[in-house]
Amino acid sequence: MPRRDDISSVLVIGSGPIVIGQAAEFDYSGTQACRVLREEGLRVILVNSNPATIMTDPDIADATYVEPIDPDVIRTIIAKERPDAILPTLGGQTALNAAIALEERGILAEFGVEMIGASIDAIQKAEDRQLFKGVVERVGGESARSHICHTMEDCLAAAEDLGYPMVVRPSFTMGGLGSGLAYDEADLRRIAGDGLHYSPTTEVLLEESILGWKEFELELMRDRADNCVVICSIENVDPVGVHTGDSVTVAPALTLTDVEMQRLRDLGIGIIREVGVDTGGCNVQFAIHPDTGRIVVIEMNPRVSRSSALASKATGFPIAKIAARLAIGYTLDEIRNDITGTTPASFEPALDYIVVKIPRFAFEKFPAADATLTTTMKSVGEAMAMGRSFTEALGKAQRSLDVTSAVVDYSGEAPDAAEVDRLLEASRIPTDSRLVAISRILRAAAEGVLDPDQTIERLYEATAIDRWFLDQMLLIAEVAADVRAAEHLDADLLRRAKRHGISDEQIGQLRGFSGDVAKGVREALGINPVYKTVDTCAAEFASSTPYHYSTYDQESEVESREKPAIMILGSGPNRIGQGIEFDYSCVHAAIALGRDADQTGGGFETIMVNCNPETVSTDYDIADRLYFEPLTFEDVVEIYEAEKAAGPVAGVIVQLGGQTPLSLARSLQEAGLPIIGTSPAAIDAAEDRGAFGAVLQRASLPAPPYGTAWGLEDARKVAAEVGYPVLVRPSYVLGGRGMEIVYDEEGLADYVSRNLPESGRAEAPILIDSFLDTATEIDVDALFDGEELYLAGVMEHIEEAGIHSGDSACTLPPVTLGEAVIERIRTSTRAIAEGVGVRGLLNVQYALSAGVLYVLEANPRASRTVPFVAKATGVAIAQAAALLMAGSSIAQLREMGILPGSGDGGALPEDTPIAVKEAVLPFKRFRTADGHAVDSLLGPEMRSTGEVMGLDTTFPLAFAKSQLAISGQGLPESGAVFVSVADRDKRGIVLPAARLAALGFEVLATAGTAAVLRRSGVPCQVIAKASEGGPDGSVLELIESGRIALVLNTPSGTHARADGYRIRAAATSMDIPIITTLQEFQAAVQGIEALPEGHFEVRSLQEHHAFLDGARASEVRA
Amino acid sequence: MSTTPPSTARPRRGAPEPAVLVLEDGTILRGEAYGARGARLGEVVFTTGMTGYQETLTDPSFAGQIVVQTAPHIGNTGQNAQDMESRKVWVRGYAVREASRIASNWRSEGSLEDLLVANEVVGIAGIDTRMLTRIVRESGAMRGGIFSGEALEGADEAALVSRVAEAPAMSGASFVDEVTIPQPVVIEPDGEAIGTVAAVDLGIKGATPRAMAARGLRVHLLPATASLEELLATQPDAVFFSNGPGDPATADDQVALLRGVLDAGIPFFGICFGNQLLGRALGFGTYKLKYGHRGINQPVLDVATGKVEITAQNHGFAVDIPVEGQHDAPFGDGRYGKVEVSHIALNDGVVEGIRCLDLPAYSVQYHPEAASGPHDASYLFDRLVDLVRAHQASTAGKDS
Repeated sequence: MPRRDDISSVLVIGSGPIVIGQAAEFDYSGTQACRVLREEGLRVILVNSNPATIMTDPDIADATYVEPIDPDVIRTIIAKERPDAILPTLGGQTALNAAIALEERGILAEFGVEMIGASIDAIQKAEDRQLFKGVVERVGGESARSHICHTMEDCLAAAEDLGYPMVVRPSFTMGGLGSGLAYDEADLRRIAGDGLHYSPTTEVLLEESILGWKEFELELMRDRADNCVVICSIENVDPVGVHTGDSVTVAPALTLTDVEMQRLRDLGIGIIREVGVDTGGCNVQFAIHPDTGRIVVIEMNPRVSRSSALASKATGFPIAKIAARLAIGYTLDEIRNDITGTTPASFEPALDYIVVKIPRFAFEKFPAADATLTTTMKSVGEAMAMGRSFTEALGKAQRSLDVTSAVVDYSGEAPDAAEVDRLLEASRIPTDSRLVAISRILRAAAEGVLDPDQTIERLYEATAIDRWFLDQMLLIAEVAADVRAAEHLDADLLRRAKRHGISDEQIGQLRGFSGDVAKGVREALGINPVYKTVDTCAAEFASSTPYHYSTYDQESEVESREKPAIMILGSGPNRIGQGIEFDYSCVHAAIALGRDADQTGGGFETIMVNCNPETVSTDYDIADRLYFEPLTFEDVVEIYEAEKAAGPVAGVIVQLGGQTPLSLARSLQEAGLPIIGTSPAAIDAAEDRGAFGAVLQRASLPAPPYGTAWGLEDARKVAAEVGYPVLVRPSYVLGGRGMEIVYDEEGLADYVSRNLPESGRAEAPILIDSFLDTATEIDVDALFDGEELYLAGVMEHIEEAGIHSGDSACTLPPVTLGEAVIERIRTSTRAIAEGVGVRGLLNVQYALSAGVLYVLEANPRASRTVPFVAKATGVAIAQAAALLMAGSSIAQLREMGILPGSGDGGALPEDTPIAVKEAVLPFKRFRTADGHAVDSLLGPEMRSTGEVMGLDTTFPLAFAKSQLAISGQGLPESGAVFVSVADRDKRGIVLPAARLAALGFEVLATAGTAAVLRRSGVPCQVIAKASEGGPDGSVLELIESGRIALVLNTPSGTHARADGYRIRAAATSMDIPIITTLQEFQAAVQGIEALPEGHFEVRSLQEHHAFLDGARASEVRA
Repeated sequence: MSTTPPSTARPRRGAPEPAVLVLEDGTILRGEAYGARGARLGEVVFTTGMTGYQETLTDPSFAGQIVVQTAPHIGNTGQNAQDMESRKVWVRGYAVREASRIASNWRSEGSLEDLLVANEVVGIAGIDTRMLTRIVRESGAMRGGIFSGEALEGADEAALVSRVAEAPAMSGASFVDEVTIPQPVVIEPDGEAIGTVAAVDLGIKGATPRAMAARGLRVHLLPATASLEELLATQPDAVFFSNGPGDPATADDQVALLRGVLDAGIPFFGICFGNQLLGRALGFGTYKLKYGHRGINQPVLDVATGKVEITAQNHGFAVDIPVEGQHDAPFGDGRYGKVEVSHIALNDGVVEGIRCLDLPAYSVQYHPEAASGPHDASYLFDRLVDLVRAHQASTAGKDS
């Protein structure tokens, strides 16, 4: 069946900001879909509030709306664009929920828009637990025994029948939000209570526990001729009980016979048909009892998902791309498999390698959060690795995580019996450190301290991880033990170690020398990895797509080439502080460098290296060659050597992927790799306080007084010299890891004691900066070619200095900065760029305090704000940066049209619309060990997972849009506002509170804040503090009863006071907008005032950029 | 969670025993001995199934071959009596990347290596199976040998290569006598019998009579040497020719038998080798594919419906008949009427099924009985039931 000819335009809904459970994978799938639909000649209209994505690049869709994914806003877009169809299956649960809302409100019918890819009926059959149970029954499958409950009474009655433990799953939430395992009635009351709240249908499912069963997933596709294929099977190493997003998973499934696999396949196909996913992909999850083989269907997602992104990267079968084609009418056999170029897409990929995915967590950012892994997803990213065996893939995946503690450390002694007992006990509870603990236990078995068979049995009893996986981990431990015990490290043994994924670093630990020596020995023995190809067909057909992974095997498949190549090192797994924004820059580099030189490109062959399956950069379509490999010194050097043997390598880019590749810069350069762009020495100069201080001094630029310390004594001295409050942090960090504001010596001693190793001397110095209270923070992105500076964007933070820039909202153009300040920023940035020796991108953070522009820090690399600046100013600065690194000058880029012919991003036309970037925070994902919400306070340590952009004519409107985009509920238009502020904010609270009262809001305040307001004549009601209680109930009761529409609580003193914490935690639990800084509150009040009567106006990025281009052109003429 | 111990103990650690795999083109891959020790010569073929190694090993169609598994981990789930597709392992030599040390599955009754040793299959592990697959893909299926134990000790490489080069080729080879059952066997239907099928065993897999029995058919499984009289004595409502190893061009006796069946107007269904024999009986030729189709992910187009089925395949030969249109069957002055291609391999356009338009006869090159593989094509057994019923109706009319 050819493509439908009755659809000529389609609205694609994206997934919005990156949040836990819904991350970069939807940028990958959405980008693929938009590109395919345009290739098919359709007009693509996109709505997605996330500016950090490739998907929202203006050349991915015809009309790109970086607007809130809200039914009213989408209605406005539909009314303006009049699409024929809407495709909601590529933007995660957010897009599906938006589509359901559009359908239910009659908006699709009103404008005659057809939903393609899925029907409301199918979505409901898949997502409504009761309906889905019927589906499973009709296809001859079994579900876990369960009860649907709408009230707590229902839940307690159901518990009588099911017994504890039982699983609680709210309906229609994403990433398993709000689900959990209840071991007793108290657990049930808490988890089910939250679940009833989070479920849009006030519905939870209670079901029999299948904890400890084997867990599997199938990715399926179906076309409109009812052809069904299974793209990939995935097995969870962690048994049922851990959310699949938090599980270590492997593809293909490794512990099932064909009989069981075909039973899963039959059930999966039966389910996709019965649910009625007419075209596109879905995943189905299964549990299998390890002793009886009883199969229980867990759930299905009738859409492209995180797993489908993983399956696409694991198999080379691009699910989202194919799903988009199926949605417009093609059948699978009409679509070509791009990897082979000859066979059709109507087949099931065969893998001749093993894929391991390991999630990456951010518990260090939320020390109060319970790190136990449960059925609620908590990971913030993932790494994937491929190898020709499970052992090899596992080792590669562990080192891909870029977390020291995730890699098995072979130094020191094997654990003694006491440690084994302790580790075994700990491994009963799934956590992110369990895998490494198991390896440590197995080391004792491999080194003869424990009996291997007994150890496997004890581990199986404790973890329910399949014995096959445990035996494979034992195999690694045994090979490691052989390496340790061998008299000589001969070629056979070393090759064996490499084949089982043991790194040079680990071999060094085993032999008592450094990783470099291990590398030297390996090379002297002629042992290097080869590169195999992901080809979808296990080599049955020739492949034309160079999608490679390394393995220690015999034959390499890297083809030789003529053109000089540039290697781009990606950013690895997403984490807080290093996310999709860096992937954006890497993708742009590949696009610009790979474009032909006569088409304003670099004319290079591009080579992408990355290990994050969620991203656009690891789509085999982006660079000319893709290496899905860990970003470690060992792995990168080997790729370089293999590529150098294949043809000339003109350069290696480390500047765009964040801290992960940047931290390799110096060692790669020493190993002879041609690092292009800012030199590793210059990168170090910017990081080194002394060297950077000298740069500032030479340029006469003021910086807040600072010092560095290695221990408590010198820290005290430095802090006293600098003057409290001080900002303290370890050097070499991204995302403000470990950064705190300390107000006095007591706080300093506390910080140092928590952050110093036992030796009392830090491994890297502690930086102590004077903290500029009440300063305006300014973030700048710029390009420098050695001669000319291009100021790309100047962002004014809404929060004052002290809140990490990644968590702070900001505006571009800056709302309150005058031309003189901008000019000072321009000259200062230029001086820094020149002083450091930047070639490419530079990010500088300034603080404007009492008229003085202080330099806080400079980072000679792509920053988190690059995509936001690019979208707000209409200039592809990451592409420009890549071309600068490869040798172009800013003057040339201006001529080529990559940069504007004149002017810069600091001098935008006067009536430029305001873009507001707002951070999205994951607090409601986490719970403390006793089940309460974690504190939602902002600080110098970054905690946000993603961001949105609000674009409108004025700041208040843009800010209001950004608030709607982050939560879906937006700023309240009426109701009660609760305010409770620290003493230092009491002056500032009066005006905004008065304004809210004038707008008809009921103002509630704690006694202290209320006194200030009353004296200023602001009508308000006094509410008892959380700890007090009173006749009208305490503030907690008011929040929990849902009576409050907005909470302002600013923290006082060094530590968040208990009262404030309880207020914030209650608001987080209830999903009530909570503001923790006065500045943001002021912005919110401005936004509330500006909320339009009818609906927000919308403007596409293309319109925005056309406006900017027009304004620039007329300025030139003038 | 119960703690049943693994069904087999982990082997002792120590230096692995060497083994080599030698191709007739002189390629030598060095690995570790797996399964039985010794020397085995055969045609080297690869199969891409990621599950179902036990079904593959016990599929008689692999008789005489050295099978390369492209899936890297083999043996993880051990072996069990239920998953035997025939009475023994037919694969001669076995090449894998990673041989499992333990068997982990609730149905497992022992390790795969034990099964290989018991069946004297000489295997090799730890080699670059992808490289081997690429060589076979580019150069075509070729002869090879696996050598280990005493067969390897002191052996000179050149001598091994020439031993391989002197081995008989698959073209012109016949294995029917080796794989077929010696005496007829009856497989009773599940529930009440609705008809009888005479199935000629050319290397049949257990799943085929199971699929028939599940549909109420009584199956008389006959040796490949059965005469037409012996076959008709079972009073079949339909005749079935199974899959099997070897070159269809050698099976003249079975072609003659099949012509007798067609002449008698008895419905016919054939799978794999049976498909090739229907092609030959109708007067078409067969030819050897460069490296065959072996895997459980093979897309096939049903020409009549336009639908795609994912199929299990294991064939090195195919029927030579034009894909488009209807053709007069060349044999016997057109007495078999017209024939058309019913199924086509979507990967490379090879004929995967034929259907007689004037006779109740059809066959497919792939494996609707699956085991291992997807169940998409099981409708072909329903079609057999339809033919049985139609035949019963028409003969009932004649009798009365």
